[in-house]
Amino acid sequence: MTVTSRAGAVASTVPARVPHRHRSGQWAAWAFLAPVVLYLVAFYAWPLYRNLDLSLRHYTVRSFVQGDALFSGGDNYAKVLTDPTFGPALWHTVVFTAASLAFQFSIGLALAVFFSQHFRLSATLRALFLVPWLLPLIVSASTWSWMLNSDSGIVNRALELAGLGPVNWLTSPDWALPSVIIANIWIGIPFNLVVLYSGLQAIPADLYEAAALDGASGWQRFWRVTFPLLRPVSAITLLLGLVYTLKVFDIIWIMTRGGPTDASTTFATWSYRLGFGNLLPAFGPGAAVGNLLIIMALVFGLLYIRIQRRQAT
Amino acid sequence: MTKPLKTAVGVLLTAIMLFPVYWMINVSFTQDTDMRHDPPYLFPVHGTLEGYRAVLDQQLPYLGTSLFVGLGTVLLTLLISAPAGYSLAKLRPRGGGALSFVLLIAQMIPGIIMAMGFYAIYLRLGVLNSAAGLILADSTIAVPFGVLIFTAFMTGIPDELVDAALIDGASKWRTFVSVILPVSRNAVVTVSLFAFLWAWSDFVFATTLDGGGTEQPITLGIYRYIGNNNQQWNAIMATAVIASIPATLLLIAAQRYVAAGITAGAVKD
Repeated sequence: MTVTSRAGAVASTVPARVPHRHRSGQWAAWAFLAPVVLYLVAFYAWPLYRNLDLSLRHYTVRSFVQGDALFSGGDNYAKVLTDPTFGPALWHTVVFTAASLAFQFSIGLALAVFFSQHFRLSATLRALFLVPWLLPLIVSASTWSWMLNSDSGIVNRALELAGLGPVNWLTSPDWALPSVIIANIWIGIPFNLVVLYSGLQAIPADLYEAAALDGASGWQRFWRVTFPLLRPVSAITLLLGLVYTLKVFDIIWIMTRGGPTDASTTFATWSYRLGFGNLLPAFGPGAAVGNLLIIMALVFGLLYIRIQRRQAT
Repeated sequence: MTKPLKTAVGVLLTAIMLFPVYWMINVSFTQDTDMRHDPPYLFPVHGTLEGYRAVLDQQLPYLGTSLFVGLGTVLLTLLISAPAGYSLAKLRPRGGGALSFVLLIAQMIPGIIMAMGFYAIYLRLGVLNSAAGLILADSTIAVPFGVLIFTAFMTGIPDELVDAALIDGASKWRTFVSVILPVSRNAVVTVSLFAFLWAWSDFVFATTLDGGGTEQPITLGIYRYIGNNNQQWNAIMATAVIASIPATLLLIAAQRYVAAGITAGAVKD
């Protein structure tokens, strides 16, 4: 926490020194920035440009290598928009994102409130909660795959004990999407917990004391004091979570490959499958789906930046 | 709730949350023949190391590649983001705000889309299936975050410290190397930690840019396991356990940096 609190405390009191914008100073400043600028051009702008280019041309495997594909305008986009996968993929992306966020946030918030009560071991246990977030996604995804295995997974065994029938978690069209959502919620809880916990720490303790003196119950204190004061941090957590969740690819691909028959396909996995998942790659449409995904991410990303800037001032 | 009760509830909640991790470890020690035992063994009663033996036999090259890629990504990320953070925090470049904005946006671009662009470029340049190519791609996850952390941290360094060095006749570069960097140790640790972890865990770039050849990372090692021998789950889980070791070590050794990094990435500008 020290890094954040120190950086945060000083960031708000940026020295009011009159800026010396000497020409030589500017040269030096940009000399230090030169690596990152070159880097952004080479490793962000160029791949994104290539991606845009892919989506606007008619590529075959041969022309992909030789680079002489014909310009085809919006053909790839039209193809993607009229594809029978488009509707389901959009719907699954929305459901996956909304369900993941709702549960990650509410569970994370409940845990943050619980852990902010300072009991023995609370700091240690809170640290252990970070583990799911730190594990490589392939590790989490394959562990969940095995736990949700229809025949021998521990989850179905537990359901059996409770007298419930086995569920074909990963292989039935009805359960594939809920399965990947469950795994994704598990992975996302630590992030919400940590950020919301730090938000809770920023609420002055005397507000709670005043509310308690006025006779507010624990439940009332949460809804009348904690929740309203936590709203700025909540907004940022949710929006950032949204941007991150939109691009989730690994978990879904490793657990279900978007299947069975598109039952858990989102924009991210669809884009990948078009470009890399088939023997005959469809780079153009794949890039087009990817660019639609970028637009979705950027809309919410800009909203996030706006809210964050407004809060900073 | 009394305090001991709270601790008990906290332990219970943590146990539920970490059950999948425990299950991974349990399965990694379970014999093949017991894998489908009904009811499942909650502890590795007839524990075996055959899963780990398989890892040692088959996965060491993958682990080596991942280590190399992780360290390379850390180095590249630090080289690019530390000077940028210094400039944005202390040298007031004209247009610095716009650059920060671009970096914030860059962080939000889905990896799978970057991967497709990289693939098109790498194919033409002939650097597919190379660890170096993977390092370059993996660093795109970490560089924007790195600049953000360094900027936030270095803004907190007192100007007097910088001015004193400049008055003593040190150049801006010298000031950066011998004054700014040493006091920015916390930021260096945080950025290195996350850069390593992200590169180590990366699957998107690995599977698109490094899916063939001899320089494949451990994430692909596990992925191939799942695809090929569906039955040997103790070996798959043993690999998963080994692949989780860096994350665990980092959490133990640097927990406060982890929490700080997550929070700073989300809340601080």
